[in-house]
Amino acid sequence: MSLSIWQSMQQKGYTRRDFFQFCAAAATVAGLGPSGVSQVASAFEKKEKPAVLWMHFQECTCCSESFLRASHPIVLDVLLDVLSLNYSETLMAASGFQAEKSLNDTIKNNKGKYIVLVEGAVPTGADGVYCMIGGKTAESILQTVARDAAAVVAWGSCASNGCVQAAKPNPTGATPIYKLIDKPVINVPGCPPIADVMMAVVTHLLVLGQVPALDNQNRPKEFYGRRVHDTCYRRPNYDAGLFVESFDDENARKGYCLYKMGCKGPVTYNACSVVKWNEGTSYPIQSGHGCIGCSETGFWDNGPIYQHLPSFPGFGVESTADKIGGLVGIATVAGVAAHAVVTNVRKRKVIAEVHEEDQPEV
Amino acid sequence: MSSPEIGVGIGRGRRTPLDHQQPVEYRRVYVWELPVRIYHWINAVALVLLCATGYLIGAPTSPLYAAEAYQQYWFGWVRFLHFTAAFVYVFNFMARIYWGFVGNKYSHWTAFFPLKPAQRQEMVDVIKADVLETKLHGPISTGHNSLAGLIYFFTFLAFVFQTITGFALYSSMSSSWLPRMFVWIVPLMGGEFSVRFWHHLFLWFFVTFVVVHVYLAFYHDYIEGRGTVSSIIGGWKFEREKREK
Repeated sequence: MSLSIWQSMQQKGYTRRDFFQFCAAAATVAGLGPSGVSQVASAFEKKEKPAVLWMHFQECTCCSESFLRASHPIVLDVLLDVLSLNYSETLMAASGFQAEKSLNDTIKNNKGKYIVLVEGAVPTGADGVYCMIGGKTAESILQTVARDAAAVVAWGSCASNGCVQAAKPNPTGATPIYKLIDKPVINVPGCPPIADVMMAVVTHLLVLGQVPALDNQNRPKEFYGRRVHDTCYRRPNYDAGLFVESFDDENARKGYCLYKMGCKGPVTYNACSVVKWNEGTSYPIQSGHGCIGCSETGFWDNGPIYQHLPSFPGFGVESTADKIGGLVGIATVAGVAAHAVVTNVRKRKVIAEVHEEDQPEV
Repeated sequence: MSSPEIGVGIGRGRRTPLDHQQPVEYRRVYVWELPVRIYHWINAVALVLLCATGYLIGAPTSPLYAAEAYQQYWFGWVRFLHFTAAFVYVFNFMARIYWGFVGNKYSHWTAFFPLKPAQRQEMVDVIKADVLETKLHGPISTGHNSLAGLIYFFTFLAFVFQTITGFALYSSMSSSWLPRMFVWIVPLMGGEFSVRFWHHLFLWFFVTFVVVHVYLAFYHDYIEGRGTVSSIIGGWKFEREKREK
């Protein structure tokens, strides 16, 4: 018999006050507001602790690292403490057969109730040999754990869109997990995703027992509904046409817009400029570097980081659409000019030919 | 007295290559109806605005008369102009499509597709006349020639492409229904990076089109001398009167 979160907290020696602090923080990160606290408290008193499986496939564990740096320590503490985190290669003490047993038992005992958090892409090339755990391919493990899951969350860009593993030429056939399983997947892209966003998604699943509102790419609307650009504090400089022209110039010192330095804020959907990183300390643009668009699909393949338009495919790194287009434009003007010259050199003959038509029949 | 060659009977005078005094009769034909002309000029102005502001959005210049953001709104205005011109452009284009069904034969939608063998033959003739300058005599279309018509059809496809990608990019800044209709384009094309790239690339298609289009209008006027350029202002072109033998 599983315990509720409140029961579990009591066992660990948390007070009722701690519990309510936790509920308030959880309601906040789940975006429920002050009125949501009672809802959260009620859920945590009655609901059984959900079992959680945290799977690691082709990834660098930066999502886990990010998660551990969430800015609401009490929430994090309690979540890690009270969640039945039954399987996580990085955090679990068990190993080998014990670990496998824990995974299998969780699936068997919590059919349809456990939550699967997936970190990393799944390689499908060469029958999946590029990522194998306990002698099984990542794909077969994913299929097994996802089948009876209540919800599947894709942590980070690897699991959501393939990230660097899926960058061209994608030698291992890395595939985002939503393409491999039939269940709807909550995509939480980012390299890594923001800790507080991850926390909020987990909290939402736990508190309300339902999937948060998602956009057409299955990302939580709350956090991926707006572009970094839309809430960027440097946005007024963009509208005023005040741009940094090179790093460390006077404009950079004044904090002008980084658009011309290749900032991908205008094409990137994420909450960086609102939630920020490391307990709300800063985010890339605030530190003077453009956004690299790490939460967007295929961002590795979208040209150099310091150009806001990708390179023209097949023409090398420096060839933007403007250079190629400009050349085509110049070539056209040259062609037209040449045609005009030829026409005028041959003018008498050309016009005579046309006027020949005008000669009335005799 | 004046030179005896001038005006001496039809077909009997000496023919010199540049003798412009041959008496030839032309018939005035009303080719471009008012809605077509209005469409053309709204389109032209909107297109130039869109290209200029679009280029600036891709590669902004910084007129640094201000040091602080609150002192100017230069880039904001560039973008505002782009978006406004885009809406004008789209609705203007829709009106033209409508006119393709109710207008005269020169503006009819069938003028844009080489469906008949005669139209296809004309395409070959036009290439010989316009590009190679080898066959300059023979019948000339009064409206669009069939090659021009087909190329206009391709530009319409480019219009549609720019409209779709443009609204897709705009949809993230708007809650109005028209741009919202194209939200799904963004994930389909692999994110806003690539939508933006393709939208930007097609700018150069239009630049190239404008160069060739304006040149050819002048070229035809220059060679044929029957009011090609002025026809888009007044609507009239001139057709050589067929003479009864």
